[in-house]
Amino acid sequence: MTAVDATELVRLTKELLAAHPPASTDRLDFLRARFDAGLAWVHYPEGLGGVGAPRSLQAVVDAELAAAGAPDNDPRRIGIGLGMAAPTILGFGTEEQKRRFLRPLWVGEEVWCQLFSEPGAGSDLAALGTRAVRSGDDWIVNGQKVWTSSAHLARWAILIARTDPDVPKHKGITYFVCDMTDPGVDVRPLRQVTGEAEFNEVFLTDVRIPDAHRLGEVGDGWRVAQTTLNNERVAIGGMRLPREGGMIGPVVKTWRERPELRTHDLHQRLLKLWVEAEVARLAGERLRQQLVAGQPGPEGAGMKLSFARLNQEISGLEVELLGEEGLLYEDWTMRRPELVDFVGRDAGYRYLRSKGNSIEGGTSEVLLNIVAERVLGLPSEPRTDKDVAWKDLAR
Amino acid sequence: MSTTSTEPDLLYSEDEEALRAAVRDLLTDHCDPAGVITRMETDAPHDLSLWKSLGEGMGLAGLLVPEAQGGQGASHREVAVVLEELGRFVAPVPYLTSAVVATEALLAGTGDAAGELLTALASGRTVGALAVALNVAPGGAYKVVVHEGGLLHGELTGIADAAVADVLLVPADDGGLYAVDTGAAAVTVTPQVSFDLTRPVATVTLDGASARLLGDAEPAVRRALRAGAGLLASEQLGLAEWALTETVRYLKDRKQFNRPVGGFQAVKHRLAQLWLEVVSLRAAARGAADALATGSADTDVAVAVAQSYAAPVAVRAAEEALQLHAGIGMTWEHPVHLCLKRAKADSIAYGTAGGHRSALGELVDLRAP
Repeated sequence: MTAVDATELVRLTKELLAAHPPASTDRLDFLRARFDAGLAWVHYPEGLGGVGAPRSLQAVVDAELAAAGAPDNDPRRIGIGLGMAAPTILGFGTEEQKRRFLRPLWVGEEVWCQLFSEPGAGSDLAALGTRAVRSGDDWIVNGQKVWTSSAHLARWAILIARTDPDVPKHKGITYFVCDMTDPGVDVRPLRQVTGEAEFNEVFLTDVRIPDAHRLGEVGDGWRVAQTTLNNERVAIGGMRLPREGGMIGPVVKTWRERPELRTHDLHQRLLKLWVEAEVARLAGERLRQQLVAGQPGPEGAGMKLSFARLNQEISGLEVELLGEEGLLYEDWTMRRPELVDFVGRDAGYRYLRSKGNSIEGGTSEVLLNIVAERVLGLPSEPRTDKDVAWKDLAR
Repeated sequence: MSTTSTEPDLLYSEDEEALRAAVRDLLTDHCDPAGVITRMETDAPHDLSLWKSLGEGMGLAGLLVPEAQGGQGASHREVAVVLEELGRFVAPVPYLTSAVVATEALLAGTGDAAGELLTALASGRTVGALAVALNVAPGGAYKVVVHEGGLLHGELTGIADAAVADVLLVPADDGGLYAVDTGAAAVTVTPQVSFDLTRPVATVTLDGASARLLGDAEPAVRRALRAGAGLLASEQLGLAEWALTETVRYLKDRKQFNRPVGGFQAVKHRLAQLWLEVVSLRAAARGAADALATGSADTDVAVAVAQSYAAPVAVRAAEEALQLHAGIGMTWEHPVHLCLKRAKADSIAYGTAGGHRSALGELVDLRAP
């Protein structure tokens, strides 16, 4: 197949718009037609929502569609499906799995969640203990997962479970697609320090998963999961910000509008954080320019570290700047938000929520290990669990 | 694919990488740390032979000068790459002071005298130094000498690389910037005992020195110090990168408790954190260099951001290098003190980080109480 170029993509997009005018087409129908036209994610193969074009050309399609007022698939609502499940299904799924799952995932008819972390397997995810036991054409799954966003909305989950406890931990894991409507799936909100329950605990009791919903080989789940997790990091590192975008925005606004709150100590700290936020933004911009130029660097590993610390320090400063108002909180009512967004939220919420930034998606401590070992080439941590069967590990 | 935004170009071009390789080759062969350590305690701490190779041999003294005036017609982006390498080797040459700061001061002038001197500096055969103390920030106050009856009188201190300068660019009380030959009568340059012996400072005494008027001092000094501050960040990047790379290399090799010291998590995390700061500094330094090169309206901010960030990172990198080298890092023999002393002196040069942050407060409308 010859590569599809920008001109061809514009032609295809105009053709789609002509056949399905956004103004008179149902939203889901339009999105399905867009998927079928190969304009959903252009770098995916034909028949699976793409045309095998370079990923960078997606912007051409998106711009054309936005200009025509076409609806989008509300990507923030289905981020786990788009960012983590889809690349893994594409990489490891059977043809049948790809055809069954990718279209409703992309149009947003079916929401996905991720059943990875467990109470006993956080940074050491490979130590997970949720068991999947073969029973005829099915697997029977028992265990507990945690930190699952969207579990209460999800139709499907990507799940990793232990299928062989007698081999070292990385080798006995298998990757599945789990039906969240199975009667054995019990989703309970997990309330956080913010008062909200953005995440869930998911209890799995004799959940039945057909072998046809396995992704990759039995025992190869750890390798499959790397695809999922690498895509998570790409998603976290790929943001582009203007100056004073991100967490520094609200605090500088308050500083400018309310001179009565200013103190000399806060001024020094604010300027220092402003500089650090601007430098982190430039480092992210440099990383993006490297990617565009086809010279990906290892800097991505560090971006999350910078933003986690800055979000925490900046929001902490803002609470302090607010003085008496900093003693208040917007609302402690337990809610289950569909979207997590810092924008428009009070400083107190942002201060508390950003505490999770150095924990979710890899703790800052683990990320520092990764930088030290993979970027700087320093010796890895001594491994006492490498050749030990999972069932014999300390827990 | 071109960027659609007004963001600065933060990468290195192929030509810039080629320039870096050439400078690094030269410095690897002619600027070993042991030689620098030996030389810096003598009466001639500068390496004029290395300077000749860089300036005359490679033509790097004239990078900022248009070709029509005898220079290379390059930009601050290339100069920044040269400074990264000079920083990495803590090279004792008057590049920043002559080829950047004095040259920028002359580029601000319009008269024949300024033009002739600019061409002389671009050739590398003449070394110039701006007679403003090294610690003065781009917006800061500086000392002037008295202009009386066509002659200059006064004493100026903290003038970097004056000991090796052929000509000094001296601001006087009549608002003019004057060229003074250091070899002339009534001009005395006395080296001060400097914290950083690889960029020593000196006292300049003018006792009725004859001088040539170059133009107005104020715009020339402002322009020179802004370029100096912005490009110093690239030297600081080179220093920090050397400190990190050398420390990582050493700690992979050094064993205690039957393990490489670099395998201990307490040490690894410090180095990983430092790496993160170094890659961040690279973005800030490139931002400043690109803004200076393109004459961006954002240059004052970009320079202040780079200088607010660079000095603490370079100093911390050198301090971490010393601590993590431990005993050997405390010796006169090991080059880590070259890096530490330069980094610490650089944290004062062309304004402190705190001074640049205060300037930013005005530039980006984050005012003091």
